[in-house]
Amino acid sequence: MAEILGETVAVRVNGEPKSVPAGLTIAALLREIGINPQKVAVERNLEIVARSTLDSVHVQNGDSFEIVHFVGGG
Amino acid sequence: MTLQQDIKADTWTVAGRTFTSRLIVGTGKYKNFEENAAAVEASGAEIVTVAVRRVNIADPNQPMLTDFIDPKKVTYLPNTAGCFTAEEAIRTLRLAREAGGWNLVKLEVLGEAKTLYPDMRETLRATEQLVKEGFEPMVYCVDDPIAAKQLEEAGAVAIMPLGAPIGSGLGLQNLVTIRLIVEGANVPVLVDAGVGTASDAAEAMELGCDGVLMNTAIAEAKNPVVMARAMKAAVEAGRLAYLAGRMQKRRYADPSSPLAGLI
Repeated sequence: MAEILGETVAVRVNGEPKSVPAGLTIAALLREIGINPQKVAVERNLEIVARSTLDSVHVQNGDSFEIVHFVGGG
Repeated sequence: MTLQQDIKADTWTVAGRTFTSRLIVGTGKYKNFEENAAAVEASGAEIVTVAVRRVNIADPNQPMLTDFIDPKKVTYLPNTAGCFTAEEAIRTLRLAREAGGWNLVKLEVLGEAKTLYPDMRETLRATEQLVKEGFEPMVYCVDDPIAAKQLEEAGAVAIMPLGAPIGSGLGLQNLVTIRLIVEGANVPVLVDAGVGTASDAAEAMELGCDGVLMNTAIAEAKNPVVMARAMKAAVEAGRLAYLAGRMQKRRYADPSSPLAGLI
């Protein structure tokens, strides 16, 4: 699926509503936000997205993403 | 064997991974990443606990823990701090496994915010599910020898009873139950939480624990790097004292100098 000029889809990223170009892969979405896909884990609609598939899975209208990483903790 | 060889050969193994250091340190509550990294270095720890949290998408280029503490050199042990149900904890660890790529994790399911005491019903349920999914959970738990046995039977790869409430620094409150857990366990036992100063860590090791996990005792010391070094020494001292086998206590004095030949 190619990126369709001008069209957008509505998603949630870490609880925040976001409008992003239609046809993006999840990896492209991460890069658009400024995140290195190699440094995070992604959950999409409560399902883990394997890092190896971030480049092939496309963002759909209404998707809800959690993007997490490791932080200091005990 | 010499003393040096004895000390060198004294390793411990959890879920097939062998470590020399018996001190696991947390990475929370530090002033900055530099101080955190220096404390980890001074502690000699080979495992650090980390939390799993949302990336700040408003400012994704903030410095990251992994830039300061290299996960290729130090084993990251992802935790489930802040989770109050089995489902939350499992969801967090699935993400952690994807972020890090490993199965060794620290499970903690809390019962209430005031005491951060573990909810053992949820903890046991989460342990069973995690093991089914191929995780190797090291499990934070109450200092109860029966609960510890149940966790082990459910597949916990290490039992981690609290010495005192998380972040309290009160020291080990129940030496009897910690000892009973150590005696009954066939997996490593580590005191997790409650250590306040070096003697607390040594005490846990003298009871025969395989290791100690701490965060606040180092991070909230006036000088965290020096306290990290103190904890390293304490864990080693306590371990050696345990291996050496302490003397029996007596009710009264027993002179160390000979009574014969007194002038």
